[in-house]
This record gives sequence, C-alpha cells and structure tokens, in this order.
Amino acid sequence: MLLFSMAGVMATLYVIDHIRRGSVAQEALYVRSSKTLRRLSLGYSGLLADIYWTRAVQYFGEQHHAGSSDFRLLAPLLEVTTELDPRLLPAYQFGANFLAPKPPGGAGLPGAALALMKYGIAHNPDQWRLYYNLGFLYYTELKDYAGAADAFAQGAKLPVTNPFMPILAARMAQHAGEFETARMLWFTTYQSTRDSTIQQNAVEHLLALQVDEDVTRLEQVVERYREQTGRLPTSMGDLELAGFIHGTPADPKGRPYKLMPDGRIEVQNPESIFFITKGLPPGAAPPQPPRKTQADSK
Amino acid sequence: MNSRIGYIAFNTFREAVRDRVLYNLIAFALLLSGAAILVGEISIDIERLVVVNLGLTAVSLFGVVIAIFIGIGLVSKEIDKRTLYTVLSRPVRRWEFVVGKFFGLTGTLVVNTFLMAIGVFLALLYVAHKFEKMDGWVLVALYFIVLQFLIVCALALFFSSFSTPLMSAVFTFALFVIGSLAEDLRGFARMTHGLGGWLATTIAYLVPNFSALNVISQVAHGDAVPGRLILYNSLYTVLYSAMAIAGAVLIFQRRNLK
Repeated sequence: MLLFSMAGVMATLYVIDHIRRGSVAQEALYVRSSKTLRRLSLGYSGLLADIYWTRAVQYFGEQHHAGSSDFRLLAPLLEVTTELDPRLLPAYQFGANFLAPKPPGGAGLPGAALALMKYGIAHNPDQWRLYYNLGFLYYTELKDYAGAADAFAQGAKLPVTNPFMPILAARMAQHAGEFETARMLWFTTYQSTRDSTIQQNAVEHLLALQVDEDVTRLEQVVERYREQTGRLPTSMGDLELAGFIHGTPADPKGRPYKLMPDGRIEVQNPESIFFITKGLPPGAAPPQPPRKTQADSK
Repeated sequence: MNSRIGYIAFNTFREAVRDRVLYNLIAFALLLSGAAILVGEISIDIERLVVVNLGLTAVSLFGVVIAIFIGIGLVSKEIDKRTLYTVLSRPVRRWEFVVGKFFGLTGTLVVNTFLMAIGVFLALLYVAHKFEKMDGWVLVALYFIVLQFLIVCALALFFSSFSTPLMSAVFTFALFVIGSLAEDLRGFARMTHGLGGWLATTIAYLVPNFSALNVISQVAHGDAVPGRLILYNSLYTVLYSAMAIAGAVLIFQRRNLK
C-alpha cells in the first residue's frame, strides 16, 4: 500500500508537471529583490546564491532545450545570484556567454550582460577572467574595439593574469587579424572554464571560424587563378594543377569544400557546422545548434 | 565546574541521546551525501563552494532547531515529570541545576556538530579529492556555529525558566531571526534620532548578534577569518550566554515550584 501510494504520488506529480510546463519556467524567480532575499536568508545568503545560480543554469538549459527563444528570466536570475554572492565567478562567465547573443543562442541582452560584467569587476577587481569576459563582450557583441582593448589591457595589468590578455589588448587596439583574434578569444574561453555548455559553445565557434577562414582563403585563391588564367577554375583539381593548393581542402568535419560554378566556395553540409557565416548557399542564415522542438519534448 | 553540575550535565546529555536527538545525523548524512553527488553534476567549478555553503548551513540550522526544541523543555519537562523535586531535595542548588542543564545541552550540540563536521569534510574530500589549506577556515566557521548554539541554548533556557514550552520556542526563534538581522537593526538604529533612536540602539545592542557569528560565505570562498574576530566572538558569546543564564537562574531561584 505504501509503495503503491508512493508510486501514485510520483506519477501524478509527473502529469501535473506536464500540465504546468509553461508556468514552471516563469516561476523560477519567486523574489526579484536581492535585498529582500538576503534578509529572508537570515545570513545564509551563500547557499541561497548557489540555489539561484543552479536555477539560472537550469532555466537556460530548459528553455534552450525546449526550443524557446524567451530567456527573459536569465538576466534577473543572474543578477540576484551575483548580488547574493558577488564573488560567484562562474555566474559572470555564464552571463558573458549567454546573456548577450541574440536568441536562440542567448537572451539578446548585451546591456544586461555589460552591467553584470561591470558589477562583477567592481566586486572582484583582481579577477582577470572578468576583464576577459568584458573585453569578449565588447568585441563579439558590441563591436566596440576600443572598449575591448581597454578591458583586456586592464586585465593584463593584474598580478595573476592570462598570457593572452596583453596580446588581445594589442590586437584590439590595432583591430587587426580578425580570424586570429577571434580564435584566441574562443580558445581562451574554452580554456578558462570547466562548464561543458560554455566549452561546447566555444568549440563550435572555433570550428566555424576555421570554415570562415578556409572559405575566405580559398575564394582569394580562386580569384588569383582567374586573374592568371582569365577564367574560373572548374574544380579543385584545376587549383591544385596550377600549384595554388596541395590536396583537396576539407572542412573541420573532413568533408571536401565544394567549388561552385560562379567561383564561390561552399561547405558540403552547412547544417553540420554551426555559426558559420561563409561557405553557405546564397541567402542562407548561419546554422544554429539543433534543439528539441516543443513537439519533440512532449 | 563542581561535580553536581557535571552530573546534571552528563545526565542531560544522556537523556538527549536517549531521546534520539542524534538521529538528525542520519538526515544530515543523507542530505550531504546526496548533495555531494549532485553538485558534482550541476555545479561545475563551484563544487567546494556549494558543499561548504550547504554543509555549514545545515549544521547551523539543524543545531539551532535542536537547541530550541530541547532547550525549552529542559526545565518544564523536569517539573511535569516531578523529577525536579527529587533533584532539588538533594544537596543541589537551583543555579547548579540550571547551569548543569545548559552544559548538558551544549555538550550534546558539540558532539552533534563534531559528527556533522566529519560529514562536511568527507563531502569536501569527495568533491575536491583532496584537502586544501583554506579548508582549515571551515573549522573556524564550525566553531562560530557552536558559539551560536551556546547563545541559543542559553536563551531557550532563559525563556523556559518562566514561560510555557510553546511560548519559549516562539521567543527563542524570534530572537534568533532578529539576531540574524542584527546588522539591519543597527542600520535602522543609526537612521533614527531622538528617543526612538536611543531605544532602537539599545535594542540593537541587547539582541544577540548572530550575523557576526556567520562566516559561512566567507570561508566558502576560502577567505581567512581575522584572529581578533575569533577572540571577540568568543568573548561576546561567553558574556551573552552568562547574561542569559544569570537571568534564568535569577528567575528560577524566585520561582515557586509548589
């Protein structure tokens, strides 16, 4: 009887959860005021911050998984978390990576991400990762190269810092070597975290950068071939015979690049490499990581 | 401590153990082992932080609940069972009875905290695979938690010396909440002027300051606790507990037990 009722309770709750699916996410933030929460915590604000941090990660994961582009609670959840424990560094890193990018990759709130980073730096002025995250935001989302250079330069001055910081600061100041700079940024992001969501995001961006760089270089080669021969190459073999390339160039997934009749370079399967901006069929949008649709998750 | 106080304290401890007070350790062990496994999965980079926050908060709250619920019954239970008359018919003074009860309950809580502390350190070892130098500050936080229990025990005993168990629990818990918000109360007192300000300041200084005894967030980040804070918190606790116990003794000595 005991086991039967226990199983019944769990089964019923499972059904209730499915009925209330939409409202559960909205209820993830019961109290928005960190001051009230701090008082309610009776001094145990550290544990409450950890709970809110877990809620923020779960909320983002659930919304992302369900194919939703609505991340309106991510910013307040991260704000409450960091106000309860201003030294919870992973929350700032998560914010830098997922608050600013446009949906569905993030919440599309670069202003909130910027405010979060500045709050983090004000409370943890000796943490190079926060200056890195701020510079990263300026560079990737706001295209503010002066702001990025300043953030990286400040982070580079700290007693404990990352060797890439002064290099990044110099590159931002020169605004040179776009691919190399972006690669350095995503590599540092990958290196500076153990969060698998952030690491996976960095790996996907690094692969996309490789494709963008390959396609740019190959299209320059095609252009040089055309200038030399007066016609477009018909295959990669033509470029190899002319000594412009060695072997058949392939994307990071190992699939050879396609040479199109108009001289453009395309990847064979655009859906397999996310975030690429080059090598796509004309008019195609950069592919995003696949997510379960609402229908799948039901 | 004279031998009569020692006997009463030992008997109080034995009674608490017989009342299965230490069973809370099972709940604590389940909570912490479950959390240690879970945080490894969901709290990347902050496993240690979560275990310290959760472990020390649980130690503190479990202990406060025990201190309140046992402390309020220490005197009234003896009266209800009429065992108090047997004790006081012997050459035991009333103040010795109160002080013995206090030491018995704090002894129970110290043993309880010690066993829970082992759990916290085992969970830390599980998530971090090794101990670090900064883990030593967790011991200081645990010491402050024990100081917190001393004050709560003394307050529970004070209220139970003149009030019913239910009202004693309400008063003690209310003071625990107010004492945890002592910094806010002091801030409010600073903003108030005149007689109200004077009254607020007096209250702010009379209620126990539990916020100074809570360094959980600090040690969770591996921060050091200043030696002077350890010294003054210890002194404050001894004085505050002595004040509450003295109050309890004064009331209990004048109380008509017939």
